[in-house]
Amino acid sequence: MTAPRFPNVTRRNLLLGTGALVVSFSLKDHAFAQEGELNVPAKPPEPVAAGPKLPGSLADTPSLDAWIRIDADSSVTVYTGKAELGQGTKTSLRQIAAEELEVPPASINLITADTAITPDEGFTAGSQTVQNSGTAIRNAAAQVREILIQQASGKLQVPADRLKAQNGRIVGPDGNSIGYGEVVMTDMLHVDAQPKSKLKSPDAYEYIGKPFARVDIPAKVTGGAAYVQDMRLPGMLHARVVRPPSWFATLKDIDTATIKAMPGVVAVIRDGNFLAVAAEKEFQAVQAMRALTGLAEWEEKPRLPNEQDLPAVLQKSESEQGVVAEAGGDFTGGVKTFSAQFMRPYQMHASIGPSCSVAHLDNGTMTVWTHTQGVYPDRKAIAQMLGMPLDKVRCIHTEGSGCYGHNGADDAAGDAALIARALPGRPIKVQWMRDQEHLWEPYGPAMLTKVSASLDASGKVVNWKYDLWSNTHSARPGSAGALLPGQLMASGYPPDKPVMSITPLGNGDRNAIPLYSIPNMRVLWHFVADMPVRVSSLRGLGAYANVFSIESFMDQLAKEAGADPVEFRLRHMEDPRARKVITTAAEASNWSNEPMPEGRGRGFAFAKYKNHAAYLALAMEIDVDKETGKIRIPRIVSAVDCGEAVAPDSIRNQTEGGIIQSLSWTMYEEVNFDNTRITSSDWSTYPILRFSAVPGSLDVHIVDNPGSPYLGVAEAAQGPTSAALANAIANATGKRLYNLPFSPARVKATLGV
Amino acid sequence: MKLNVNGSTHEVDADPATPLLYVLRNDLELNAAKFGCGLGQCGACTVMVDGKAIFSCLTPILLLEGREIKTVEGLGTIDSPGPMQQAFIEEQAAQCGYCIPGMMMRAQALLQSKPDASDAEIQVTLEPNLCRCGTHMRILKAVKRARELMKTAAMAPASGERKV
Ligand code: FES
Ligand code: FES
Repeated sequence: MTAPRFPNVTRRNLLLGTGALVVSFSLKDHAFAQEGELNVPAKPPEPVAAGPKLPGSLADTPSLDAWIRIDADSSVTVYTGKAELGQGTKTSLRQIAAEELEVPPASINLITADTAITPDEGFTAGSQTVQNSGTAIRNAAAQVREILIQQASGKLQVPADRLKAQNGRIVGPDGNSIGYGEVVMTDMLHVDAQPKSKLKSPDAYEYIGKPFARVDIPAKVTGGAAYVQDMRLPGMLHARVVRPPSWFATLKDIDTATIKAMPGVVAVIRDGNFLAVAAEKEFQAVQAMRALTGLAEWEEKPRLPNEQDLPAVLQKSESEQGVVAEAGGDFTGGVKTFSAQFMRPYQMHASIGPSCSVAHLDNGTMTVWTHTQGVYPDRKAIAQMLGMPLDKVRCIHTEGSGCYGHNGADDAAGDAALIARALPGRPIKVQWMRDQEHLWEPYGPAMLTKVSASLDASGKVVNWKYDLWSNTHSARPGSAGALLPGQLMASGYPPDKPVMSITPLGNGDRNAIPLYSIPNMRVLWHFVADMPVRVSSLRGLGAYANVFSIESFMDQLAKEAGADPVEFRLRHMEDPRARKVITTAAEASNWSNEPMPEGRGRGFAFAKYKNHAAYLALAMEIDVDKETGKIRIPRIVSAVDCGEAVAPDSIRNQTEGGIIQSLSWTMYEEVNFDNTRITSSDWSTYPILRFSAVPGSLDVHIVDNPGSPYLGVAEAAQGPTSAALANAIANATGKRLYNLPFSPARVKATLGV
Repeated sequence: MKLNVNGSTHEVDADPATPLLYVLRNDLELNAAKFGCGLGQCGACTVMVDGKAIFSCLTPILLLEGREIKTVEGLGTIDSPGPMQQAFIEEQAAQCGYCIPGMMMRAQALLQSKPDASDAEIQVTLEPNLCRCGTHMRILKAVKRARELMKTAAMAPASGERKV
């Protein structure tokens, strides 16, 4: 595969662009949360305007020129409110736009999330980029193409239905043609999209679904500037924050004169419990941070719960109960009832590159370069924190290392802005240290689940009760209280009040409803409002723990019913696409019930992410070493259906990544704490998967559905992977693990060695 | 003091206790080596010194005068990628890509000293380097591919071709 080159549009030449179509956006200025992650009570549904809903994000930003601009030189610029997070967005969105606009993907300038110039598409999260932004761009591109054809029809004196778009030109039947740039006129695209577009049919695709090299990789493997960490602005200072040693700690009086006298130090900033230092050189900032850490005295409060009692603590802290699903009502049937309880600890995003941001207060405008997942909500939070009007704050998405949800990105952006306010005119780069990322990022919430179900005489599940205890999985910005510096500063904004929100898209309850046909079902969310440990969105939200529980328990029921686990799942599954993915994974892995050598086992699991996104099933073979409790994984085979596969290699890459990351969560990861402090502060106290534990082989089979809607895929593997591993361990040893993670010590203890 | 990086000598004005990583990234404006932990636990900062992979976040520059430092920038360019870079592009071995330069340098050090390193040796050698995106399978494939490409490159006549 060869990598095409892409022109690099700088914002400067873009803003100075003199093209015929000067963009004048009609952007709505509200920031909306990702579906299922509302951290405010959902608004009552507004009366719907007459007419069908526009596709994807066009519903919120209907003007075509908010998405696509064509200049007099025929160059094409595409805008997306979504960000590249390592999932290949910059590539797949170009493929989509190129397809409908009939230009080579490599010729497209793509501008990603920037509050000054792109649509507001909320957060880049929940595997929604291709589904929302891709759909909007696809439809906008098709409509722009048709407008160009209409326009060319007049100029060429040829009826529109005899013209076609081809490689940046409108071409007539006898080969006469005119370039896009020659037909565009001012404000021609400043029109609202129509609900229906003339989309290309799948058999005519040139780019969608074709192997296509990621555009960002060449720079990343040759030392190009690719991340916010790589930014160097003239006159830029390096800053470091000094965080409290624990939550709820308060800073006593501090005399920073000795720090200010250190070489290179330009300023020490204190605002309540917020403490930071800025210096000319990076290592000077690090040394000053260390000295300041030694100097600062804090009043700590032992307010964390006992880590060993988490299941009881969660149950005791229940503040509200919500019904996630209710069907039937007969819980007395069946011949035998089984039950089980599962536990997932707090787990981290633990990005490899600690959070970083650059901010610059210049002429009364604060510009913040940030790897946030939502530039608009982040801007709102920062503006509120600084008491600045929204239009005086600009947030520009600049890549960081992978985030997998709400990590320290927004907080670091807030840190940089707060420090930059104290040092107007000088760009400030804040780089968090490793322990700051580990200790202060919001974790994926701990969850407790309990399930009970009955089998009838024929081995079918006739009723199912499921209870889950969890915090909210969403504490994203929007308000200053969602930013650490906002909480720490003297004027201290309180964190937003957590609200239970039950929607079809799910939060803590994501994937809590089994997709299987079970006549009597009741699913409850025991909501825990109190958050002694800071939590927010981690890849998959509740789906990881819920699918782990459901799919572990389905396996247990299969065993009780004397059935093969794959056949047992199919027995309860009507959705044909789910059946197809399950059978594809089973066949590709040569699923069987042949006995295996001592210590070896096979496990299977399935889920349809959010019950409305990608379908994923996987089978794995593992070896359990009874002496050490260590697990080796010789083989994993998965199958995934995410609708039309726009960028198959990127789907494979994200699925492989999801499986490996989930193996890491499942085998190793647990945030530890004592009554006062988090103690998982680095990679030795919070180990993750290393090369010695990667599977021997990992296959991803894509079940493609050309022409069908895109389904989010990036998080689909998190849940099924954990359950397949639990099921394989049970198959290998006869013992099941109910508590995550499956550390060697826990495996040994469970096996009773 | 003077530092030899990617074949050229640079005069660096920095506290001798400064870890090499900060000097590479700021004074020399080289982006590839990354800050990941500053603790020798993740390998994001890996570069080569005299042919061996080291953690640049832990190595003060005072130890490095007169030694040969090599970073990803020294393996090739975007227009003319070296075999290790070419292999990572061919295998599309990156998600966020943040860990990748460190992986490449550790693999480069291995294959330079041991061109026939086995698959198992590659896997063991990469143990100090962490990837959070779960790109491991592709990283392993890319390094195996680089093993082939490096051999071909070594056999090709030196007709102005870059030799790594
Ligand atoms: S940054 Fe050097 S080992 Fe992590
Ligand atoms: S590719 Fe993101 S950390 Fe390795």
